[in-house]
Amino acid sequence: MYNVYEIRKQFPMLDGKKMMQGKPLVFLDNCSTTFKPQCVINAMNKYYMEETANSHRGDYDLMFNVDQKVQGVRKKIAEFVNAEPNEVVFTAGDSMSINLVAWGYGIKYLKKGDEILLTEAEHASNILPWYKVCEMTGAVVKFIPLDEEGRLTLDNVRKTITNNTKIVSVAHVTNVLGYICDIKGIAKIAHEHGALCVVDGAQSVPHIKTDFKDWDIDFLGFSAHKMCGPTGIGALIGKYELLDKMDPFLMGGGMNAKFNMCGDVTLLDPPSKFEAGTQNISGIFGFGAAIDFINEIGIENIHQHEIELRKYCLEKLEGFDNIIIYNKNAISGMLTFNIKGVFAQDEATLLNSKGIAVRSGQHCAKILNDFLKTPATVRMSPYLYTTKEEIDVFVDAIINGGDILDAYFN
Amino acid sequence: MPILTNEMMRSIIYDHSSNPQNKREPNDDTYEKIHMHSDNCIDDIDVYLKMMDNKVVDACFTGIGCTISTASTDIICDLMIGKNREEADYILKQYDNMLHEEHYDEDALEEANAFSQTSKQAARIRCATIGSRALEELLKDK
Repeated sequence: MYNVYEIRKQFPMLDGKKMMQGKPLVFLDNCSTTFKPQCVINAMNKYYMEETANSHRGDYDLMFNVDQKVQGVRKKIAEFVNAEPNEVVFTAGDSMSINLVAWGYGIKYLKKGDEILLTEAEHASNILPWYKVCEMTGAVVKFIPLDEEGRLTLDNVRKTITNNTKIVSVAHVTNVLGYICDIKGIAKIAHEHGALCVVDGAQSVPHIKTDFKDWDIDFLGFSAHKMCGPTGIGALIGKYELLDKMDPFLMGGGMNAKFNMCGDVTLLDPPSKFEAGTQNISGIFGFGAAIDFINEIGIENIHQHEIELRKYCLEKLEGFDNIIIYNKNAISGMLTFNIKGVFAQDEATLLNSKGIAVRSGQHCAKILNDFLKTPATVRMSPYLYTTKEEIDVFVDAIINGGDILDAYFN
Repeated sequence: MPILTNEMMRSIIYDHSSNPQNKREPNDDTYEKIHMHSDNCIDDIDVYLKMMDNKVVDACFTGIGCTISTASTDIICDLMIGKNREEADYILKQYDNMLHEEHYDEDALEEANAFSQTSKQAARIRCATIGSRALEELLKDK
């Protein structure tokens, strides 16, 4: 394990001076985004202060060096998730990654009557691109039923999949309930039926070990900003032969080998073919620094730290019957709950008034609430820098928080 | 209107959120309707307005919302009923000014003064104005 107090010193947002509503900030909304360590900020600044040049067109040293560094980060990402460097496409984030598969593969290859399997627990970014594919191709979305606790089981995948299924697209860890599914097993079932397995890794890659090759999945999307990296950068990992046969959805500079006035275009090979225009270079450098930072702590240690915090939190909440917990058995950090008789947003506002940041609402998974039978929930999500003392502040606030209108009148 | 104490404001908000008199289906099909939802809260309501001879005959709403949106929409509906269009517009303008910490006519707002401190929780200003924005739109449509 690692010393969380030492780690915190590297984060400007955790310098102890940040206040919210006049109270020390307790940030427990890490499923939304995470704080950045100084090394990530430095890597980004360095590009602007010492290394600025475009990439792809290395006629001079400064530019050549940028190209080398971009390829270095690509390799780092590949190692981090166990894929090949030429299977790593830079994107603006997970939403763009999944959209790229939907537009570049789904719309090109799916046809009327084909099925796309999702679950009710998916984030909007893993549902709406597929609705678009259906609208444009005549394919249909089917939902794999969740078990009584909201988990995705292999049994239910087997029961739902048919030989018409062409894509199974699921989150490895869902963003409302935080359950980890057996993604390797799901990919195997998908392949047995001739379907591809697309994985939304937004909530898993930052927290648990990812193994693209061993799991034999076809596509994986994730965002840097949920793992201490910058916003506006992420990756799509795709099997090379699939990337090779799919279309880019941005055309422009840096992705074509040649073109002429007759409209003939020859595209570069993957992953360059998907990276039209000037890339988010400082973002890529920050992404690389974030991966170094996480590797130094160890992804297994991060996962253990979160599990420990969650266990600690659950123990402290035991016996308080007015707290409804929706994901008691999840093996991840996040805790999804409501206080009986209190609307989720009102609870979140009360916590805000105490300096505590949590997310309330549907967490961009609007159809899951039909399953949970509540219009909204509150989600507390820790990360590698969260301390037990912060959990204490949170638990005290939800147990002894007082009246929700205190937020306005105290 | 006498100045409200914090305790009075709390109890006004609680009364109107736990027992909103104007949260009901409209009586007939002569109401104008608008759907409102919030991108930062769960609030998802339909607001109805019935006008006759330039006068608000009734205003009501259905749907789900947090404490602040439910109570504020209920109170704003109360304030609209019986007013003519100009009076109604004036009240909504005062309410909006209050929420955004601008000068406003306290006397026009009656119980809606209970939301004078909503701006302390900036994320909830949209909840406190979801009903008033709906009625503003409905009054415009006439």
